[in-house]
Amino acid sequence: MSQQDVDLRSFSMNFGPQHPAAHGVLRLVMELDGEVVERIDPHIGLLHRGTEKLIEQKTYLQAVPYFDRLDYVAPMNQEHAFALAVERLLGIDVPKRGQYIRVLYSEIGRILNHLMNVTTQAMDVGALTPPVWGFEPREDLMIFYERACGSRMHAAYFRPGGVHQDLPQDLLDDILAWCDTFPAFLDDLEGLLTENRIFKQRNVDIGVVTAEDAMARGFSGVMVRGSGIPWDLRRSQPYEVYNELDFKIPLGKNGDCYDRYVCRMDEMRESVKIMQQCINNMPAGPVSSTDRKVVPPKRGEMKQSMEALIHHFKLYTEGYKVPAGEVYAAVEAPKGEFGVYVVSDGTNKPYRAKLRAPGFAHLQAIDYMSAGHMLADVPAILGSLDIVFGEVDR
Amino acid sequence: MDVTELQQLGDHIAASRPDNVTGCAVAFGELNVTARREHIVDLLTFLRDDGQCLFKVLIDICGVDYPERDERFDVVYHLLSMRNNLRVRVTVTTDEDTAVPSAGEVFAAAHWYEREAFDMYGIYFSDHPDLRRILTDYGFRGHPLRKDFPVTGHVELRYDDELKRVVYEPVELAQEMRSFDFLSPWEGAKYILPGDEKADGASTEGEG
Repeated sequence: MSQQDVDLRSFSMNFGPQHPAAHGVLRLVMELDGEVVERIDPHIGLLHRGTEKLIEQKTYLQAVPYFDRLDYVAPMNQEHAFALAVERLLGIDVPKRGQYIRVLYSEIGRILNHLMNVTTQAMDVGALTPPVWGFEPREDLMIFYERACGSRMHAAYFRPGGVHQDLPQDLLDDILAWCDTFPAFLDDLEGLLTENRIFKQRNVDIGVVTAEDAMARGFSGVMVRGSGIPWDLRRSQPYEVYNELDFKIPLGKNGDCYDRYVCRMDEMRESVKIMQQCINNMPAGPVSSTDRKVVPPKRGEMKQSMEALIHHFKLYTEGYKVPAGEVYAAVEAPKGEFGVYVVSDGTNKPYRAKLRAPGFAHLQAIDYMSAGHMLADVPAILGSLDIVFGEVDR
Repeated sequence: MDVTELQQLGDHIAASRPDNVTGCAVAFGELNVTARREHIVDLLTFLRDDGQCLFKVLIDICGVDYPERDERFDVVYHLLSMRNNLRVRVTVTTDEDTAVPSAGEVFAAAHWYEREAFDMYGIYFSDHPDLRRILTDYGFRGHPLRKDFPVTGHVELRYDDELKRVVYEPVELAQEMRSFDFLSPWEGAKYILPGDEKADGASTEGEG
């Protein structure tokens, strides 16, 4: 019987919504020719909570915690974009110490994210040890989150005007000590993966994106840097104190899953350097704007001063009014460009807040990236896209 | 990028595509271009390919709802030029029935953003290959981000143990949805506080 005589059938297959390699609730309707993927239609929205609608109902301060629940792997980075947007509308500046703390915690968020992504992507291609190892330093970092803001994930720490509270010195010392130990862990992790034969077989030349396509498809973050485009908002449109810090932007060459993995590993090493610089250079002073019409006073002050009490009451009930206008503020979140488009009508609530999630654009391209690949490559590609449904579905 | 350079770029865009652009303004350090709906594809192509612009990355497309206007929706495009390190925002208006030409031919990334704007606001995009809902549930009705769509929604779902499946029911709130409007009453809040309705009548009788 020759090849032509066989009755070829194409399959339609559901991947997810409950699948361990789907990184959350993703349903992929796949059309397969044998084991080769012909077309993928992602069905998203299973985690849609209407965050944008809810933000329209809340005052600017009350809207902050919704951002922790978007990309819940690196919560503070999302808050950062919102804080920058509101600050630009209000025209207030963040004191230097507040900026350093923000950068410090953004980089902690980056490591949190990349640790999760690199190790679970390795699990998707068959390596079971990395996630078991990787969650231990993640736990350390979450404890740093908790010690700064009282919560491991739902931080509500970056608020318009600065950060909520100052960091105690012993926390900074502990983070600095952790920074010394972490590169050794990365070496161990790289020992498991970087030259691992199976890991390379599963990732090299899989899901290749050219630089031109990366731009046309609205990619950002590691997804463009893996394809060799030197684009990082921390460097090209610096915010906070990033232009005072010394760090490198790792670039890939081939735009495949392996290059993106290498980029993420190197970015973690750079993040450690940034964290060390932040702690060593951090000046003393206030962590939040002293504009009492925006940033509430501390409780201690409230007990002493009538004016502080009034400000506290007003800011936690009415909130502050933000001048009418529209801004788009973006940060280099670990997954790419996370942006917030805020339309203010001059009241105490945002008229519209559109959350621009990097994962949304990346997931859209999975059809383009997977077509022609084998079925088993889809989890590898999906893993390297770095998708978290909190932000894709919003 | 300072404001004058952005303004010059805006003037360049307006001068090169006078039919498409209705206005350019720089606000909060960002360039805003308002455009004509029917020419949006032409304008986006120009912004992508022109040497001074090179806005090759579509960051976002989203809707904004202003129900009191004749054309109630804004469709907002955010573009990024990695080469020139610039951003621009392009805005067009539309209403519930008029379709906006799809930007999918210019930017491959536009498809999902347009599906999202359709899902959330009911904005139609002509020539879109696959204008389905994207974020809401299968079989969902209404467009949740419109200002006249209630926050509570219209239906809720629960698992019915007798039918052995999930069923949809009209929303039943144990407690009325409370919308806190904390705007100061003396600074233009639009609601009547309890007791305020007496104020007009009382004033004629003098203070008690």
